[in-house]
Amino acid sequence: MSITRDEVAHLARLARIALTDAELDHFAGQLDVIISAVARVQEVTAEGIPATSHAVPLTNVFRPDELTECLTAEAALAAAPAVEDQRFRVPRILAEE
Amino acid sequence: MTETATRLVPFDEALTRYEPVIGLETHVELGTRSKMFCGCPTTFGAEPNTQVCPVCLGLPGSLPVTNAAAIEFTIRIGLALNCTIASWCRFARKNYFYPDMPKNFQISQYDEPLCTDGWLDVDVQSDDGPARVVRVEIERVHLEEDTGKSLHKGGSTGRIHGADYSLVDYNRAGIPLVEIVTKPVPGTGALAPQAGRAYVTELRDLLRALGVSDVRMEEGSLRADVNTSLAPAGSGRWGTRTETKNVNSLRSVERAIRYEIERQAATLDAGHRVMQETRHFHEDSGITTAGRSKEEAQDYRYFPEPDLVPIAPSPDWVAELRASLPELPSARRARLQSEWALSDLDMAALAHADALDLVAGTVAAGATPADARKWWLGELRQRANAVGVELSALSITPAQVARVSELVASGVLNDQLARQVLDAVLGGEGSPDDIVRDRQLAIVSDDSALLAAVDDAIDAHPDVAGKVRGGKTQAAGVLVGAVMKATRGRADATRVRELILDRLGAA
Amino acid sequence: MTAELTRMTAAQLASAIAAGEVSATEVTRAHLDRVAAVDGQVHAFLHVPSELALAAARMVDDRRAAGQPLGPLAGVPVAVKDVFATADMPTTCGSRILDGWQPPYESTVTRRLREAGAIVLGKTNMDEFAMGSSTENSAFGPSRNPWDLTRVPGGSSGGSSAAVTAFETPLGIGTDTGGSIRQPGAVCGIVGVKPTYGGSSRYGVVAFASSLDTPGPLARTVLDAALLHEAMSGHDPCDSTSIDAPVPPVVAAARQANVEGMRIGVVTELSGEGYQPGVLTRFGEAVELLESLGAKITEVSCPHFVYALPAYYLIAPSECSSNLARFDAMRYGLRAGDDGTRSAEEVMSLTREMGFGAEVKRRIMLGTYALSSGYYDAYYGKAQQVRTLVIRDFEAAFEQVDVLVSPSTPTTAFKVGERVDDPIAMYLADLCTIPSDLAGNAALSVPCGLAPDDGLPVGLQVMAPVLADDRAYRVGAAVEAALTERWGHPLLDEAPALAAGPGRSGTDD
Repeated sequence: MSITRDEVAHLARLARIALTDAELDHFAGQLDVIISAVARVQEVTAEGIPATSHAVPLTNVFRPDELTECLTAEAALAAAPAVEDQRFRVPRILAEE
Repeated sequence: MTETATRLVPFDEALTRYEPVIGLETHVELGTRSKMFCGCPTTFGAEPNTQVCPVCLGLPGSLPVTNAAAIEFTIRIGLALNCTIASWCRFARKNYFYPDMPKNFQISQYDEPLCTDGWLDVDVQSDDGPARVVRVEIERVHLEEDTGKSLHKGGSTGRIHGADYSLVDYNRAGIPLVEIVTKPVPGTGALAPQAGRAYVTELRDLLRALGVSDVRMEEGSLRADVNTSLAPAGSGRWGTRTETKNVNSLRSVERAIRYEIERQAATLDAGHRVMQETRHFHEDSGITTAGRSKEEAQDYRYFPEPDLVPIAPSPDWVAELRASLPELPSARRARLQSEWALSDLDMAALAHADALDLVAGTVAAGATPADARKWWLGELRQRANAVGVELSALSITPAQVARVSELVASGVLNDQLARQVLDAVLGGEGSPDDIVRDRQLAIVSDDSALLAAVDDAIDAHPDVAGKVRGGKTQAAGVLVGAVMKATRGRADATRVRELILDRLGAA
Repeated sequence: MTAELTRMTAAQLASAIAAGEVSATEVTRAHLDRVAAVDGQVHAFLHVPSELALAAARMVDDRRAAGQPLGPLAGVPVAVKDVFATADMPTTCGSRILDGWQPPYESTVTRRLREAGAIVLGKTNMDEFAMGSSTENSAFGPSRNPWDLTRVPGGSSGGSSAAVTAFETPLGIGTDTGGSIRQPGAVCGIVGVKPTYGGSSRYGVVAFASSLDTPGPLARTVLDAALLHEAMSGHDPCDSTSIDAPVPPVVAAARQANVEGMRIGVVTELSGEGYQPGVLTRFGEAVELLESLGAKITEVSCPHFVYALPAYYLIAPSECSSNLARFDAMRYGLRAGDDGTRSAEEVMSLTREMGFGAEVKRRIMLGTYALSSGYYDAYYGKAQQVRTLVIRDFEAAFEQVDVLVSPSTPTTAFKVGERVDDPIAMYLADLCTIPSDLAGNAALSVPCGLAPDDGLPVGLQVMAPVLADDRAYRVGAAVEAALTERWGHPLLDEAPALAAGPGRSGTDD
C-alpha cells in the first residue's frame, strides 16, 4: 500500500478540494495504483545526475524596468464573483474559532 | 477571546538569569518603477485595483518576466552587506492558499538565494555607557513578490479576527520584495532590544543610501519580523524562538524584543517551555499575543519556478555594481565625524536623535557643524518632543535651518528672534526671509533709532541711570531690558548696553 | 463550391484568397456551414462565434480590395483549442470552473494568427485543463473521431484534431504537454506537431505543466502544418521560456521533402508489448518506405525512455497542482457554497470540488504528494533526474542520427468509454510522445496508413533535435508525398463522409 485513505484526505485538504467520502475511497484506490507505477523512477540510479528544471537551457531573461499598460479596474473586476468598493469581495478569511 | 494576564519578569531581572538571542527578518519593498514580474506601476496610494494586469493578477495563462532593475538592486544590497553573490540561482514557488495571493503561490527563492553569508556592523548605544559594535551576520538576501492587501470588514477592530468578509486590492501584488535574514545574534545581553533596533536602523540607512527603497516603515516599504529566544545564562545552548510580526516602527522593534524577553523569562521561570510560534505585536499596549498556530504546520512544497529561467549574474556585472556602490552610512559617519571633529559621544548623540542627515543637510546648506547641531539637537528637538514626532517629521528643512543660522551669524537676528522665526516656519508661515520681513523681526541695527529708546529708558529710570553714572555698570541690565522691551526684542543686547554706557558716560 | 472549399488545404485557400479567386467571407461561410452540418455529431467545438468570424473575414476582403498587404494566412479559418485566452470569446479549458470566463487579454499565439489574417472559427473541445488523451475528461462531453463516431479523437487537443479531420476547418491549434497534439493527430489521420519547447509562446496559454506545455499546429497536410507553425511561432518577450532565435525553416523543409542521405534512427524501446500489431505493421512499412527514399536506417537504443512515462506523471502533476491552485473562486470563475456563513477556505474547497473533474483532482493530489516535504526527493526530485537522463539519451542518439522515428501512439483510436475507468491504461497512450516533451525537442506525427486490423489511422512520429524542427518536417513531407502517391489520393479521402445529420444550430455570438 503506497498511500492510505487518510493520506489522500490530507492531500485533498492541502489542495483545498472538498472530496466526498465516496470520492476519497475511489481516489485512494486509484492513487495507490498510480503512485506504485510512477515510483518506478526510483529504479534509476541517479547518483550525481543533476535535476533538470528547464529542458532548454536559457538564463538571464529580463525585462527593462519600464511601465506598460495596466488593466482598468473595471476589466480587472469584470469576472469577479463579488465586488465592493472597487475591490474583490471574498468570504471571511479565518475559520470560526 | 481574552487572554489570561501574562506573567512577566522585569527586564533587568530576566537578564540576570537568561541570555537572549535575537534574529531579524526584514522585508524591503524595492523602489523600482515597475513591479517584479510585470510592467505595472509601484506607486503607493493609488485607487484600488488600478495598478494590475493579467500577470500580477495571476490570470490563467499569464507569465512572469523578471525586472532587471530588481536583480540589480538586490545584488547591490548583497554587496553592501558583504555577501557572496550567487553565480547561478533560481526562483522557486512557495505554495499556499491565501486570498491576497492571486496565484496561491508566491514566486520567491528557496534554497538558492541570490546573496548569502554577509554581515553588518552596528553601533549599539545604551542609555548609560559607551557604544558597542555588534556584528550582525546575514544569512541570506533573496527576492520575492509582494502580496495584495486585504481590508477586513464586519468585525469591530478592522482586524481579521471577527471579520465577516474581506475586500482585496491587488495593487501591491507583485511589487518586488527583498527579504534580508540575519543569522541568530547571540551575546547582546541587556542590549538586545537596542541591538535589534540599531540593526534595523542601520539597515534602513544603508538601503536609503543605496537608493533602492524609500524604506518607510509607516508605509510598509520596510517591514521587520523579530525573533527572540532565551536560554539559561551560561547554559551554552539556545532556547526556542518566537517570531513576532506587525512590528511597524523602530521603537516597536526595541519594545517587542524587550517584551518577549520578559514574557519568555516568566514562562521559563515557571518551568514551562516556550512555544515555537508566530506572535503579533500590539503598538498601543506594547505586548505580543499568540498568532494562529495553524501556520506552523505549513509545507510550502517548494520547487523551482518553471516559468522563469535561472539567473546567472556575470562576474563582470557584479564587479561593476560593486565599484559603483555609494558611500555607505558607516563610512559616511566616520568621515563626517572626522570633518566635524566630533567626539564619539557627540556623534552618538546625533545618531540617537536620528539627526545625522538633517545636520549634514544643514551644513551642506551653509551652516557650521556646531550651529547645525545646536539648532537641531536643541530648539528643534524640544519642539519635536513636545508634539511627539521624530525630528524628520518637523515642517522645516535643513536649508531653512541653515538660513536662520546665517541670519543670526550675520547679526540680523538674535537667538530669541531666531526662535520666533523657527516657530513661524514650523507653523507654516513661509520661509525664514518671508517671516523676518512680514513680522519685521530684524534687529534694529541703526544706532540712531536705538538711541531714542535708550534715552527713553534713561528718562524712565533716573535712579538706575544714576547708579550707572556712578560706576555700577551691572545696573545697566535693567536699562538694557527696558530698551529690549521697547524694541520688542529687535535689538542686539550687546550693542544696546554699549550705547547706554556710552550715553551715561560710563563706557 | 462550398463543399470544395472545405476540402481545400490552407495553402490552397490562402493562395486563392490572395489571388481574388474566392473571398474570405465565402471561405468562412463555407466552413461555418460545414460546422453547422456535422458538429452535432463530432462535437469538436465548444464555441462558434459566427458573426465575429464573418466580420474578420470581411476585414480581410476589405484589405484585399483596398490593395493592402495580406498576411500569409489571410482568410484561412483556424480552430483554437479552448486553452488559449481569447479576448473576444470565452475560454473554458474544458472545465466547469471557468465556465463563462471571458479573458481580459489575448494570447500571443492567437494574436499572431489574427495578425497573419487567419480567421478564428471557434474554440474547440479538450480534456479538462489539457489532462487526458481522449477529450473524455471534458466537462462538456467528449468529441468524436470522424473516422468512427463511437471512438475518441485522441486528446487533449481532440476537439481541434476532430475539427480538422472533419473538414470543419483546414487548420487547428492545440497544445502538447505529453503528446496532446501528436496523439490526436495520429488517431485522426492528420498531421500534428509539437514544436521545440519555447518555440511558440505560452503567454495566454492556460498552464497545465509549465515546463512541458508547447502550443503547436494540426492540419491535414505537412505543408499546412508548416505554414501554421511559422505564423504562430517565434520569440515572445512576455514568455521568459520563449527561445530568442529564428523560427526553423519549416515551410522550406516541408516543400523540400527530400530524405536522401538522412540518417534515421528507430527507437528500440518504443515498440513491443502494449503496441497494437496493426500499428507496428504500418510503422514498419513507413520505415521501409523511408529507406527506399534514400534514408539510412539504424536501430538506436534510448534506454531511459522506459522511465519517461513515470517521470512525466510526476513532473506534470506536480507543476499542475501548483498551476491550478489559482482557481479558488476569489477573482473569477465558479464560486460555490458562498452562503455568507462559510469561510474563504471552505468556499474554495467546495468550488474546486464542484468545478474540477476526476482526472484533474487525481493529478492535483498526485502532484501535491510528489512535492510534499519528505517525498520530494524520491518523487519529483528523482523524476527531474530521469528527465536529465532522457535528454542525454536524445543527445547521444542525435550524434548518430539526424532524426528518430517511432509510432506516434501504441494503438489506434479506442472506443469512447473504453479507458475512462483505468487511468493507467489511458496514460499509456502517451508512451511514445512523452520523451520529446521531457527533452523539449521537436516532434511531428504524420499519417502513415490505416491499421490492417481495424482500418483506423496510424501515425508515424518523427523526432528532431531542439531547434531542428525543419528536419521533422522534411521527413514528414517525404513520407506524406510518397504515400499519397502510392495511395493515389490523400488518406482522408477514405474517411467516412459525415452525413449532414443533427447539426449544430445557431451562433454563439
